[in-house]
Amino acid sequence: MILVWLIVLLLAAGPAAWMLERRGSQWPRWIALGALAIDLVLALTLWTERETAVSLSNQGVWLADLRIPWIPRFGITFHLALDGLSLLLVLLTVFLGVTAVVASWTEIRERVGFFHFNLLWVLAGVLGVFLAMDLFAFFVFWEVMLVPMYFLISVWGHEHRMYAAVKFFIFTQAGSLLMLIAILGLTFIHAQQTGVVTFDYQQLLGTTMDQTVALWLMLGFFAAFAVKLPAVPLHAWLPDAHTEAPTGGSVILAGLLLKTGAYGLIRFAVPLFPDAAQAFAPVAMVLGMVGILYGAVLAFAQTDLKRLVAYSSISHLGFVLLGVFSWNAVALEGAVMQMLAHGITTGALFILAGALQERLGTRDMRRMGGLWTTVPRFGAITLVFSIASLGLPGSGNFLGEFLVLLGSYRANVLVTVLAALGLVAAVIYSLAIMQRIFHGPADESWTAPDLSTRYLFTLGAMIAVQVWLGLYPQPVLDTAGQALQNLRGFGETTALISRR
Amino acid sequence: MPTRCPVCGAEMLDLLWLVPALPLLGFLALAVAGGWFSRRTIALIGVGSVGLSLAVAGLVGFAFAGLSGAPGRPYDQILWTWLQISGFGPAIGFYLDSLSLVMMLVITLVGFLIHLYSAEFMLDHGKEPVPAGLGRAGGIGQAGVSAPAGRAGENDSGYRRFFAYMNLFVVAMLTLVLADNLLLLYLGWEGVGLCSYLLIGFWYRDPANGAAAQKAFIVTRLGDVALAIGLFVLLTHLGTLNIQDLMARAAEQWPVGSGLATIAAFLLLGGAIGKSAQLPLQTWLPDAMAGPTPVSALIHAATMVTAGMYLIARTHVLYSLAPIAQTAVAVIGAVTLLLAACSALVQRDIKRVLAYSTISQIGYMFLALGVGAWAAALFHFTTHAFFKALLFLAAGAVIQSLHEEHDIYRMGGLRYALPVTFWTFLIGAASLAGFPLVTAGFYSKDWILWEAWASPLGSPWLWGAGVCGAFLTALYSFRLVFNVFFGEAKTEVGSRPGLMMKGPLIVLAAGSLVAGFLEVPRVLGDVSLFSEFTRSVLPSLETTTSVTTESALQIVTMLAALLGIAVAYVLFLRRPGLVTAVTGTAWGSALSRFWVEGWGFDRLYDTWFVRPFLWVAQANKDDLIDQAYSGLAWLIRQFFAVLHRTQTGQVRWYAAILAAGSVVIVALVVLS
Repeated sequence: MILVWLIVLLLAAGPAAWMLERRGSQWPRWIALGALAIDLVLALTLWTERETAVSLSNQGVWLADLRIPWIPRFGITFHLALDGLSLLLVLLTVFLGVTAVVASWTEIRERVGFFHFNLLWVLAGVLGVFLAMDLFAFFVFWEVMLVPMYFLISVWGHEHRMYAAVKFFIFTQAGSLLMLIAILGLTFIHAQQTGVVTFDYQQLLGTTMDQTVALWLMLGFFAAFAVKLPAVPLHAWLPDAHTEAPTGGSVILAGLLLKTGAYGLIRFAVPLFPDAAQAFAPVAMVLGMVGILYGAVLAFAQTDLKRLVAYSSISHLGFVLLGVFSWNAVALEGAVMQMLAHGITTGALFILAGALQERLGTRDMRRMGGLWTTVPRFGAITLVFSIASLGLPGSGNFLGEFLVLLGSYRANVLVTVLAALGLVAAVIYSLAIMQRIFHGPADESWTAPDLSTRYLFTLGAMIAVQVWLGLYPQPVLDTAGQALQNLRGFGETTALISRR
Repeated sequence: MPTRCPVCGAEMLDLLWLVPALPLLGFLALAVAGGWFSRRTIALIGVGSVGLSLAVAGLVGFAFAGLSGAPGRPYDQILWTWLQISGFGPAIGFYLDSLSLVMMLVITLVGFLIHLYSAEFMLDHGKEPVPAGLGRAGGIGQAGVSAPAGRAGENDSGYRRFFAYMNLFVVAMLTLVLADNLLLLYLGWEGVGLCSYLLIGFWYRDPANGAAAQKAFIVTRLGDVALAIGLFVLLTHLGTLNIQDLMARAAEQWPVGSGLATIAAFLLLGGAIGKSAQLPLQTWLPDAMAGPTPVSALIHAATMVTAGMYLIARTHVLYSLAPIAQTAVAVIGAVTLLLAACSALVQRDIKRVLAYSTISQIGYMFLALGVGAWAAALFHFTTHAFFKALLFLAAGAVIQSLHEEHDIYRMGGLRYALPVTFWTFLIGAASLAGFPLVTAGFYSKDWILWEAWASPLGSPWLWGAGVCGAFLTALYSFRLVFNVFFGEAKTEVGSRPGLMMKGPLIVLAAGSLVAGFLEVPRVLGDVSLFSEFTRSVLPSLETTTSVTTESALQIVTMLAALLGIAVAYVLFLRRPGLVTAVTGTAWGSALSRFWVEGWGFDRLYDTWFVRPFLWVAQANKDDLIDQAYSGLAWLIRQFFAVLHRTQTGQVRWYAAILAAGSVVIVALVVLS
């Protein structure tokens, strides 16, 4: 039941925040924070009980499992389930949700209630995506994420918000449409073979079908997830959306929405069509490698801070794509680690960028420089996340990238070597952040207050999590490991994806 | 019987983790709470943490070697398992044997002395601007003295920042040398690179410093990527990253000359040449002199840049399996030491002379590694740490006394004004030059040269390069001495170094003299304390050369050094006209410019890598793929524009089009 509560709480808190705005603009903020805090407690409860939960649930692979009949005629159930992979992403969602609310505290001053309604509903959608084990329910949650996000960008965004919001909507929706067709196709084939109409994930696993059909269906899923991830060349919506969104929106976009794409690949695209995925793996790995390098070079060229961070996300998520399609234990652990670490690092960088824009009224790095003297704490914390972003050992980003490359080395040496050059490119753009904003001469004499205590606590917590991921990652690796092993099992029972 | 700590009663070897943990504590204290501390407290924490670390390192060393000085059994201290995935389980663990012990003691000792010196030196951090237009022709990359406001701010935050970074560096460096597996070594490896970046760019207001800092990070990262791929190769094929297991398995599974061993050795070498500023990745080190002088002494002379030497010595079993890679190490070392020595000869900036000298001396270490003289490389590292740190610190004292003057041609006559600095600098320079019999540098360099000749992997060519290098080294070392301390005074002496700066100079000078007596060749007294102590880890190769040959080679080495000093005396003190006569000719000035620019490597890389990258980045700034989508959107809009013109609202039009359409369809049906 705890799984439903996680989602319902946010869905209920949304309208409450909207309604109670009349009582004062602090109300929605506290309601959102309260709901997320309760969610965080619930998620942490699941985390602490993860060791015993598998045996108690009697469900084999799930730590928690819930089925409520929904539309029995079409075999649709409201099926939520949680394994280690979902658990980690749920924790990330709630944690970044809290930081997003905190980061929006002073930034959002208009229509505060509606803002928090959208924020909470996006987060509810993301949680649903990570928990739904019925493809129909999954698709519903997938769409639930979309609309509030559209509003977050188009209402509270920056200069070109309408353009960015529409672009975001069109790209995502085009991908979703292909996925919907693929879902229906899969259900149809399954029904043809077994006579059972179902959207249940577990029942659909292992559906056998013609190679060509499998490839097309897999590509349908891949299209939706590759847009969200994003994989080059489907990334064009991302820089605009991330740049134009308000800080809270950017944090959720980069930290969570991109992860739904990666999660979809790991959970659905590969296990449902293992053979097709294997056939497609070389292409996907090359796309990942290209994304790493292409995003990194573009990131360096940007003059807008948020745009730089946005392109760096493309580069970082390239590692995830590379890792997922290497499909061995090490690479998958690396991909999951990279998802978590990227969520925190990039989330923090967007929070910092937002705070900087709030102070200076610009994101243009050409107008900045020498700000360390003015705001040293700001500089020091940005430094920490810049070096995490370039994958310095001791951060989760390093372990993610290292494990992905280690795993992909076993699958494809050449692609791995080229992808490793992304580590050099990451240094170039990450250090550029520091150089352009905090170092060098001060061209304009900015006076700005340094980071407030509220930010210091939030970002301090993010640093702590990052260092924990970097130096003592075993609990996380174990939690993900069991789930990944099960997922890999679906591939391996058909005995085709086994690269050492 | 394990040795117990007199203070806490714990087994002393178990205190090993404290050696890196204490500076880490210092860093955390300064980083988190440093804002509330006074300068005194900051210095106390910054210097004290490294001092305590040195004390613990001494205790651990004592416990390891005992009074007899014989090395004990290697000691592995595992703090926790870092991660564990499908059989791959690197630990956060420290490994102590005679190799890591020597490294640890040198790092903590030299580190402590440099921290102590910095406590005074950095008090007035506005005191060391970047020289204007020095060093390179046209002053590229080092341009401009920045405004005084750029000097680390007006409050104590610069002082605190400096010690926080320095402490963090010591942590990373100790982690690097103590790591029991290559992944943890890699953590230290990248950590020292980060601290190097932070400290080169310490005076962040000047964009030239920022450029130098980024260059250092990026160039070394290129090497680091090679190292990382090397790790993938080793881990994939040998199944572990624990260094001891790795070496054992490599020796077991790979025959000499095996392809995988060669590839792995070359990849590790890639990391080593990046970090140790060897050809062709040496270009970052001269620019790294933009950092404060104590940083140059600690990071860019004594410790971090020797990490490459450590890595190869640590994995020497692998290199023994890959003769081609090992030869490459020797050749790279020999070529680097010559090229860098020539460049050192013509620099005007005192710190750039020392920077090129460092590249050259590490070249000697690589030469030693390449001929299998592992212990000799480590010995040269030890003596080099003393005399090069000394030279940098003394140079820092000179620069500070002369109001930030870096140009040696604007110095002169300082031997009376700064006697302590003069004598210690002289000792350092003599040691660097390999002044026979009394200096440490002589014994370590002589050992390397002898091995370059006598080792089964050696050759007269390598030896010849080393001897030429020895001559050049003496020449440029005493070019400094004569120009800076002799002749007439050209710049007024301002401040004079205080006790906290003089103390470390004197201790390091003592080290630069006596450290050599740990290993004296058989003709001159036959002491082999150092090679005995490290033999269990770094085996020495059998040499068959006779005593006569050995003596003859030693005499040549001595003569090379003495000749270098004599020539320097003539050229730079007695007849300075000779030099200007040579550099006055077209060829002379062209060659001198070429050497000043470091053999044109920077320009080469600029043309082939930097500019193309910048061009691509700039050309694709707006993301061509995104433009393609915009183009698609534009096309659709045009299509819409055309179609929407047909919607005129005039019935005549609609009727006409309807009729035309019907005609076409009927025609199609009829004609087909």
